[in-house]
Amino acid sequence: MSILPQIIFLLFFAAAGYVLYKRISFLKRNIQLGKAESRNDQPAERWQTMALVAFGQKKMFKRWIPALLHLLVYLGFIVINLEVAEFIIDGITGQHRIFAPLLGGTYTFAMNFFEFLAVGVLVSCVIFLIRRNITKVPRLSMKELKGWPALDANLILVIEICLMMAILKMNAADQILASRGVDHYTQLGPLFFSSLLKPMLVGFGDSFLVFVERAAWWFHIVGILGFAIYVTYSKHLHIFLAFPNTWYSNLKPKGEMANMPEVTNEVNMMLGIPTEGNAEPPAEIGRFGAKDINDLSWVNIMNAYSCTECGRCTSECPANITGKKLSPRKVMMDVRDRAEEVGKSLDAGGKGFEDGKSLLGDYISQEEINACTSCNACVEACPVNIDPLSIILQMRRYVAMEESGSPAQWNAMFQNMETSFSPWKFSPSDRFNWAEKVKDEEMK
Amino acid sequence: MSNYKVPTMAEMAASGDNPEILFWVGCAGSFDERYKAVTQAFVKILNKVGVSFAVLGPEEACTGDPARRAGNEFLFQMQAVANIQVMNGYNVKKVVTACPHCFNTIKNEYPALGGNYEVIHHSQFLQTLINEGKIVMKGGGEFKGKKITFHDSCYLGRANNVYEAPREIIKALDVELVEMKRCRTKGLCCGAGGAQMFKEPEAGKKDINIERTEEALQTGASAIAVGCPFCLTMMSDGVKNKEKENEVKVFDLAELIAKDQGLS
Repeated sequence: MSILPQIIFLLFFAAAGYVLYKRISFLKRNIQLGKAESRNDQPAERWQTMALVAFGQKKMFKRWIPALLHLLVYLGFIVINLEVAEFIIDGITGQHRIFAPLLGGTYTFAMNFFEFLAVGVLVSCVIFLIRRNITKVPRLSMKELKGWPALDANLILVIEICLMMAILKMNAADQILASRGVDHYTQLGPLFFSSLLKPMLVGFGDSFLVFVERAAWWFHIVGILGFAIYVTYSKHLHIFLAFPNTWYSNLKPKGEMANMPEVTNEVNMMLGIPTEGNAEPPAEIGRFGAKDINDLSWVNIMNAYSCTECGRCTSECPANITGKKLSPRKVMMDVRDRAEEVGKSLDAGGKGFEDGKSLLGDYISQEEINACTSCNACVEACPVNIDPLSIILQMRRYVAMEESGSPAQWNAMFQNMETSFSPWKFSPSDRFNWAEKVKDEEMK
Repeated sequence: MSNYKVPTMAEMAASGDNPEILFWVGCAGSFDERYKAVTQAFVKILNKVGVSFAVLGPEEACTGDPARRAGNEFLFQMQAVANIQVMNGYNVKKVVTACPHCFNTIKNEYPALGGNYEVIHHSQFLQTLINEGKIVMKGGGEFKGKKITFHDSCYLGRANNVYEAPREIIKALDVELVEMKRCRTKGLCCGAGGAQMFKEPEAGKKDINIERTEEALQTGASAIAVGCPFCLTMMSDGVKNKEKENEVKVFDLAELIAKDQGLS
């Protein structure tokens, strides 16, 4: 027997591994273009959040139909990958279905379960394609998805359908070959779903069926390896990043805006309050707020790479619902696009951040960030705990503190607050006038 | 009978007293013509129940919430640090406020600047008074048997997970609480948070408060209950815009209780 297939398999496997390693390094470095932020407190709470939100899909179930379909694809992905482990061992050792003789009836049961999930994935993907392209669910057909994002989504679904069909076809050919006693093929026991495909193949000779079985096998494993690489270029990266992304969730109350200690030092000095601890001013005060991705935290950039563009944030955003330009999903997509652009430029020895562009201005406009009511609907809606609000508020800080570019009415509000300690222009001495009426009234 | 009393922290301190709670009135509670009625209603309830409270009066300043959310961190911290100095000077331990924005800021954001207090929204405080039997509900007064819907404030609900206290208060009124399609975690903002209260909205199809008011009107409720001064303004404006101000009223939770108790 030739060992050529084994050598070819190993070459494919090694090449895919190398490309994946390069891609993961690229993504990791891009995420680290953001500022350091410690999110390692409360590990028990973090593990629990990850278990519930990423592993348990808790937040998906706010919308039942996509949640159930997504659950099928998710279970299919995890469970069918167990079969991929057998594929890899077979590919390296030149065996065929190495576990079949060892597991006997259990193997038949497992294969039937895999096939059930494969059909579940297939059906779900078809329904997803219909929702995207025919019934056009509003959040899946918004303008920020035009072009690559829409193509990306459809490609993923079509690839998944093809991969699942390959499994079923392979099993069908395999069963016929085994029943004919062809060398190398072991009896698998009755497989429900793939048996339905047998009539399509039963009229062909052994050599053709071996070809079909081998072709499906190679298509599936090369497809999976290719898909793994494709995922790193795609919104589909959420299948991996959902886990760290939920582990590093913001565990503080949603209403709490992060403090800026560098400002506290200055405010304390202005008010003549002795600063505790680090009385020494930091060597270099960076930019106030965020203009570009390097002003954001690495968590913000990881959030962007974890976004699967489902648009649940945008469909709950009051500004977006009422026709304003703001779309929290677009904010996340912009952060990712900018991180990719800067990353590629840095790798090519280009200008990196100094390319005359920035996240705020070239990707996200002030009109978008000004429309945010900071209501946290987007944060609540995200199935993987992404926080678009944090990015929006950091950009507002840049506009207000570095550029004094806030809307005129906000500048007037700032002035009122400075002079009369109220956002409205009232005399501070009138602040207690409301009590006069009550004090004059007799208690009931 | 004596008159209602509104002691200030300064008066209390001068007589060597320290009240159990500081009632944080907020800028809207102090200056907004409509919302002053809510402040007054709440103070009457506190008097009636005999809660030991005081206000800061002229010593109070804006918490800085809109400045921070509009991006002006310096201004926020100037306000916050000054307020914390005043409150710490009076040894404040417990703060009650009717404004979810003040509530969120003092509760979640002042600790990083040295202000650590137990902070309670007035809906939680009123619910406790009802539960403890200190407020005995009289059956809803003018609202008895009518439909009331509650508009969740983002800074109370999603920001701080207070969803049930306002609903418990409404249920205690012996009225029918009807929910809007978007409520609790999915509640729709009134459009004023994040400093939107202080500028015109960006261009769009519709103003957010109109969208929300339409949803509230769809419930067929004769009153919209709110727990936030911004929501009160936005929903009242929305109802006026829809020319429904004669049929549908917007009230704060404290006003509903004050009405039930015959205090206003």
